[in-house]
Amino acid sequence: MAPVPQPTSAMQPILRALRLPQFGMGSKIAAVVLAIIVALTLLAGWIAPHDPLTMNPMVRLQGPIEGYPLGTDNYGRDIFSRVLIGGQLSLIIGIATAAVSVALGLVIGMIAGFFRTADAIIMRMMDALMAIPSILLAIALVALNGPSVGSVIAAITIPEIPRVVRLVRAVILSAREEPYVEAAIALGTPMHKILIRHLVPNTTAPLIVQGTYILASAILTEAILSFLGAGVSTETPTWGNIMAEGRLFFRIKPELILYPGIALSLCILSINLLGDAARDMLDPRLKKRAG
Amino acid sequence: MLGYILRRILAVIPVMLLVAVFVFLLLRLTPGDPAAIIAGDMATPAQLDRIREAMGLNQPLHIQFVTWVGQLLRGDLGVSLISNTPVATMVADRIGPTFSIAILTIIMSVAMAVPMGVLAAWKHRSAADYAVMTFSVLGFSVPVFVIGYIFILIFSLQLGWFPVQGYTPIGSGFGAFLSNAFLPALTLSTIYIALIARMTRANMLEVLGEDYIRTARAKGAPERTVLFRHALKNAAVPILTVIGSGFALLIGGVVVTETVFNIPGIGRLTVDAILARDYPVIQAMILLTSFLYVLVNLLIDLSYSFFDPRIRY
Amino acid sequence: MLFKTRNFDDAPVVLEAKGLTVSLPDTKGDPKVLKSINVTIRASETVCLVGESGSGKSVTSLAIMGLLPEALKVSSGTIHLQGSDLLPLTQAQMRELRAARVAMIFQEPMTALNPVLRVGDQIMEVMELHTSLPAAERRKRALAIMEQVHLPDVPRIFASYPHQLSGGQRQRIMIAMALVLEPVLLIADEPTTALDVTTQKQILALIDELQQDHGTAVLFITHDMGVVAEIADTVYVMKQGEIVESGAVETLLRHPQADYTRALLAAVPSLSPRAARAGADDAVLRVEKLNKVYGGGGILKKLPTAHAAKDVTFTLSRGQTLGIVGESGSGKSTVARCIMRLIDPTSGRILLDDTDIATLTRGGLRPHRQKLQVVFQDPMRSLNPRWTIADSLIEGPLNYGTSRKDALAEAARLMQVVGLPTDALARYPHQFSGGQRQRIAIARAVMMRPDVLVADEAVSALDVSVQAQVLDLLDQLQRDLGIAIVFITHDLRVAAQICDEVLVMQRGAVVEHGPAAQVLAAPAHAYTRALIDAAPGRSWDFHNFQEMRDPSHAEPA
Repeated sequence: MAPVPQPTSAMQPILRALRLPQFGMGSKIAAVVLAIIVALTLLAGWIAPHDPLTMNPMVRLQGPIEGYPLGTDNYGRDIFSRVLIGGQLSLIIGIATAAVSVALGLVIGMIAGFFRTADAIIMRMMDALMAIPSILLAIALVALNGPSVGSVIAAITIPEIPRVVRLVRAVILSAREEPYVEAAIALGTPMHKILIRHLVPNTTAPLIVQGTYILASAILTEAILSFLGAGVSTETPTWGNIMAEGRLFFRIKPELILYPGIALSLCILSINLLGDAARDMLDPRLKKRAG
Repeated sequence: MLGYILRRILAVIPVMLLVAVFVFLLLRLTPGDPAAIIAGDMATPAQLDRIREAMGLNQPLHIQFVTWVGQLLRGDLGVSLISNTPVATMVADRIGPTFSIAILTIIMSVAMAVPMGVLAAWKHRSAADYAVMTFSVLGFSVPVFVIGYIFILIFSLQLGWFPVQGYTPIGSGFGAFLSNAFLPALTLSTIYIALIARMTRANMLEVLGEDYIRTARAKGAPERTVLFRHALKNAAVPILTVIGSGFALLIGGVVVTETVFNIPGIGRLTVDAILARDYPVIQAMILLTSFLYVLVNLLIDLSYSFFDPRIRY
Repeated sequence: MLFKTRNFDDAPVVLEAKGLTVSLPDTKGDPKVLKSINVTIRASETVCLVGESGSGKSVTSLAIMGLLPEALKVSSGTIHLQGSDLLPLTQAQMRELRAARVAMIFQEPMTALNPVLRVGDQIMEVMELHTSLPAAERRKRALAIMEQVHLPDVPRIFASYPHQLSGGQRQRIMIAMALVLEPVLLIADEPTTALDVTTQKQILALIDELQQDHGTAVLFITHDMGVVAEIADTVYVMKQGEIVESGAVETLLRHPQADYTRALLAAVPSLSPRAARAGADDAVLRVEKLNKVYGGGGILKKLPTAHAAKDVTFTLSRGQTLGIVGESGSGKSTVARCIMRLIDPTSGRILLDDTDIATLTRGGLRPHRQKLQVVFQDPMRSLNPRWTIADSLIEGPLNYGTSRKDALAEAARLMQVVGLPTDALARYPHQFSGGQRQRIAIARAVMMRPDVLVADEAVSALDVSVQAQVLDLLDQLQRDLGIAIVFITHDLRVAAQICDEVLVMQRGAVVEHGPAAQVLAAPAHAYTRALIDAAPGRSWDFHNFQEMRDPSHAEPA
């Protein structure tokens, strides 16, 4: 008798992707850069030469000096330490947003894609939600709910959900037309099993890609919210908050914006590049075109 | 055709109604009291009650909602709690800069992004392609305000080509307007160019693989004809679509860019209102910008048939 | 006259490919897609390049046009057009040649025309690119060539977009576009494969007529031996990048030399209907006055309705095969999908062992699903790509309470029945060929021990040799298990080979229904006669390398 294969079906495309040799140079560099940023951020508590909150009036707005490799800000705080620590919250907010919006979007999109009665209502609501400019919605949500980490995550997540819902719904609707799904209906497979076992696995690959892009855009949005004064409370160092404070001293000391800006951009850039690489590998349509 | 346009316009109504419900609930279901803002910190509970009474805040939610929508339909956008100015007046005062910079941005973006995307697709996997893709992924990765400050640093502070900040209306001469508006528009363009170039490239690549492109080549058509006459028109609909959905990015970018360049537009107006919890202004501005987004996308939808004869209504 | 028997020895050579080799230089091992092939085409001659998928016949045509995909390169050989070598030419020189001296038409008229340009403009573009004719003259010539390809209402079609035309009309536009500059060579790559047989017949006649008028040499690429018999002067048989045999059409069909050619010809199903089998009386499936109407409704305006199936009625007995035959849009697949209850019939009864399943709810239907199984056309999409073959096979039995162990044992047994190794169970669909996948899909259906199997164009996507094997498998399963089969097909040859009864559909209605021997040999309805008349190569018995024995089968009254 044939060996019973393990239910790894959903992992198949991922495993196949990881084995592929065409992981280009760009995405390899991106992976290394991202790994370095994440490691530095995680270990910030040990690496940072100074406490990021300690003010030192003696060394305000200095360039690189002894013990302050990137100089100091207007309160004499160490920029290097602040940028290191600042990454922590940015990454946490990004990851949480990606996870929550993908999870909620998957559930809502499944319902919309599978139940015709719910579809029209859900999609009109998603249309409306997409019509509201996401930055304005996010600022309003934070401004009204207070500058806590939770409310920032919620504020960035809510505008992302319709995009995930649309993606999941589109994938499920097109997969429903596949002959193998019709064959499963003919085999008497109950609808909920068809949904879970045949249709939802089709969303894995596009959701991995979409989740990566959401991660990148969430980190970006967090920075923009902080910059506009609608992020987590200003005492907390995040990349966005450091840059927001730097605005006032931009002409004297542009590094206050440039250093956290470079850290942030490198981080987002590597995530985006990895997202592109994942898309090229997971989307067989694109793969065919490339070949 | 006319019937289709009518149906599409009617379809805007439920969407806008839902937007109104969302905005309304957003403000009513979150902690915060508009009355307290008007009355200031020293208000007594009795004063607060009187203000609530006057504003109708004591009425049930659905009555409040119907009243508000009724006002909107009569063209009454409400009055600012802080400055006591009608919202319509505030918008009228500040729409000019935002509108002109947005138009400049769209023109610049489309003019640069579409040729970039076509070139990248045509020379697939060449240095030009990689350059366009690199620019595009950078545009998505660097926050718009960082780009703005870098531009100020280079073009204004170092090279002195443009004023650092501020705004001159187009009425005071196009040159003066452009010298102030160019950098903000360029800043705003980066993400938009990134988006459109990427989409143009992806769709051109897809179209270039189609059978009718092979037919065109089999006819002996030169590459220029293949690209622009046969391919680009077929790729136009998804490109237009992304220009429309990217309009939301533009609105978000406007808010940030106006802050960076200190431009008195409606983006900054909205952020200030949100931060000050100026409820009537928040409601009106979110609703207005959403309406604008829906309207732009409606127009784009209706323009599809101009590019693709298969889309007939 | 059965075949074309013209002699071209004195005609000038138009195209000569010698030792043409095409390879994939960027792939490991530099595999050869074409292996040193030689083809000669003379003026007014029709050369057919015939072979199964992957034989390299399309690559040959693209190499001649200089339109090979980037990954493919000509590594040696020559291609001479009227004496001058094409391979050293620059891109610009090749461009001047295309359409002016060598023109090409493609398989898919649906996608080969640019959807956003008017067809008249697309024809005129050829003249714009290659001549300096004034606009008025271009227009005049375009209208004239459209007349020549027998398009109706030429001024209207001139201003139409491709999507407003039928498949046949689009292919006529393609032909007009290809011939407007009177090229010396026309390459036709499966130009009728996507068309219905009646349209195919007209297009083949058109190509023949224009060839006579203009003396064009034609390189015709096809997989269909019927088409070959119909139009070829000379035939080249290709297999895996090599030419295994070539010669005058009659010689090749009557006395094939290569084993491969013999096998290929032997696999072509005969148009003469199978001997009727003794019909059992126990009806397993009765369909009564089945109707399916699409459309209607609409909120602001009434949408048009389409009657996809009109009063379809038939009875199917155990162990019998009923063929539902028709062209695209005839409603044959609608009937199949209604029976499977993948769509809901508008009215009528579907009696499966005396239970009417036409109106059952999803839940009420479930106990009956087991008896009714389906095999679809597209072998690439009919198995879940993420599941192992074992998972796909046992899905149905598990739904009905079979234990996993028993189901797997049965799956292993059935793998052998359908001629696949047992270790296939642990593999994924992409590791199998189209024919193998179709066997797996059949095994999946048989796992349920169905009374009725609906095969919706189940062999249409397969090469003819693979098709023959799958048809044999179905026949064997039917004999062993007594399954009744509803066989949906557009191909009369396939229907003739396996059906006991045939039901002919046209625009949703059943126009003729009876024993296969009667319907196919002595059709009563004009449409059935037209269908049979249009079947290419109908008077040749490929299987036996001779004329059809009983001409009454092939030459309808």
